[in-house]
Amino acid sequence: MLGLNKNDTTLFLVVLGLTLLAPFILNPFPEGTGMAQFNAGYPDLMQRFVIFGIFAIGFNILFGLTGYLSFGHAAFLGVGSYAAIWSLKLFTLDVIPAIIFAIILAGAFSLLVGFISLRRSGIYFSILTLAFAQMSYALAYSVLTPLTGGETGLQIKGTDTPLLSNVAEGEIGRANFLGMEMGSGFDWAAGGWAFTFNLGYYIAAVAMLIAFYLSIRIFRSPFGIMLRAVKSNQQRMNYTGLSPKPYTLAAFVISGMYAGLAGGLMVAMDTQVGPERMFWTASGEVVIMTILGGAGTLLGPVLGAGFIKYFENIVSKINKDILHNWFAFLPDGFEDVMVSLVYPFVGKGWHLTLGIMFMLVVIFLPGGLVEGGQRLMGLFRRKSKSSEADEADGTEPAE
Amino acid sequence: MGILEVSGVNKRFGGLQALGDVNLSVQEQSVHAIIGPNGAGKSTLLNCLVGKLIPDSGSVMFDGQSVLGRKPHEINQMGISRVFQTPEIFGDLSVLENMLIPVFAKRDGAFRMHAIESVPQEKTVIARAEEMLDEVNMLEKSRMIASSLSRGDKRRLEMAMCLVQEPKLLLLDEPTAGMARADTQNTIQLLKDIRTQRGITMAIIEHDMNVVFSLADRITVLAQGSPLVEDTPDNIKGHPKVREAYLGEAQV
Repeated sequence: MLGLNKNDTTLFLVVLGLTLLAPFILNPFPEGTGMAQFNAGYPDLMQRFVIFGIFAIGFNILFGLTGYLSFGHAAFLGVGSYAAIWSLKLFTLDVIPAIIFAIILAGAFSLLVGFISLRRSGIYFSILTLAFAQMSYALAYSVLTPLTGGETGLQIKGTDTPLLSNVAEGEIGRANFLGMEMGSGFDWAAGGWAFTFNLGYYIAAVAMLIAFYLSIRIFRSPFGIMLRAVKSNQQRMNYTGLSPKPYTLAAFVISGMYAGLAGGLMVAMDTQVGPERMFWTASGEVVIMTILGGAGTLLGPVLGAGFIKYFENIVSKINKDILHNWFAFLPDGFEDVMVSLVYPFVGKGWHLTLGIMFMLVVIFLPGGLVEGGQRLMGLFRRKSKSSEADEADGTEPAE
Repeated sequence: MGILEVSGVNKRFGGLQALGDVNLSVQEQSVHAIIGPNGAGKSTLLNCLVGKLIPDSGSVMFDGQSVLGRKPHEINQMGISRVFQTPEIFGDLSVLENMLIPVFAKRDGAFRMHAIESVPQEKTVIARAEEMLDEVNMLEKSRMIASSLSRGDKRRLEMAMCLVQEPKLLLLDEPTAGMARADTQNTIQLLKDIRTQRGITMAIIEHDMNVVFSLADRITVLAQGSPLVEDTPDNIKGHPKVREAYLGEAQV
């Protein structure tokens, strides 16, 4: 289907199903119960899942295929965001042009950064990209204040009168898609459950599905083989009549455009942007997402992005009171001991849990969560096979 | 006029004259061996032919065009393929994918943005790659990851990747270095087959006299960066200057 082979089609359909049904899947616990705090099916977080999913999918095209580790991809996210907010402020409040501008500008910027950074490889390439991103951050923070709003960033203001949108004097315009506001949608209460369907999320979700589909196509294309050849042996590539640099640069620009798309979507969902979006920790985050999920795999980056955003937003909210509730069944002394043992790993300490998990994955599962999943599947298959074999043995008459 | 004409090539590394006034002419459809003791400049010469090094002076003409100043991939696209001392293949990729890459390179040139086309639909490319794998008896290994091949198979794969491009000149850099006797014999046989079946011009740098004398039509002996003598294998064997400079007292 759609030019994909059978396995890839299945994978795409699974992701399609999960994404479209996310408001249900991420809200498995009824409202008002103790477990409801683990529900992730609210628009703000769901949007973050898919937007960071796009960011990581794009990053994986560069890092997973060519092996070039960029430490400055947040710069393209930021440039995309600034492009989108200016489109909303000056051109039209419709989000589609804003997103398109974000992709184009991020692509152009990544062409420049890539052209220079790709003169080197390995650690020097990483440092160059990091330098570019930190320069962009510093510029956005200070010198370029007229363009970026400096420290306070940019928002849509009452004084903005976009060219193509009718905004009354003094009214603060809202981002929309064909006239429908991003926040629009409906809630559906069924039994104790409450599900929220949100236009903003579905726009971001469709964008992610397109991004995911394109990444499958790239992985399976001759271009994808060439990118893996870059990672594997550039010497042989040169002596096979191929020039590795334009291939790597193309991958760099594609992943920069993915970052721009993610940045544009962030602005479309929440119409503001500040320079911290380009800070080096943001670049590091996408690296961690990709490696945690499984660099070079199709699904890995999406999994990694979802995992980290879930931790950041859900596990970080577990406080001492909640822990006391959980361990209330224990005798008083034990309860306090358990709470003080667990507390460093949740709430504000969520980074500690994530860090430990990241180390475990890197050491024991170099292929990331995807490899973990494959191993589990493998175990399961072997077990069911051996039990079949046992049965077969059992039915055979003894000789 | 040979297919490869090297004339007056000099190359210095600091105070070391690595190549001094090298002249070499490789005739079409011949096998030309370049031998010489360690440090004679064999590898430097080879690197000057493929664009990895640029000579200080002199000219290198291939098929009537100068190769000087061109990048390795451009020289490959002109028709020169190179086999390395240790096989250079795409270790992380499958054997079939290794084979597809040179076929794509031959068809599409140094760069093409074919990012949406799907590989399984490139039927002619796959057919060509599989045909070549079949010729070197590696078709049944096409799904294996190339780094897991035995050393001999890696060598054959690398050779096949060069041959599938139908080069006008195949450069071999000590193709049997570090090989066991049996592997060496297999490689000699492989090269002989390539020669008789395809008539590809070859230039070989080699240490192993056995390999050189069983393959070459012409031999150039390099010593201290300059050609000492160029002749047929039979004449080289008995040449007193060669014995003195290179073979020493060894039995030939």
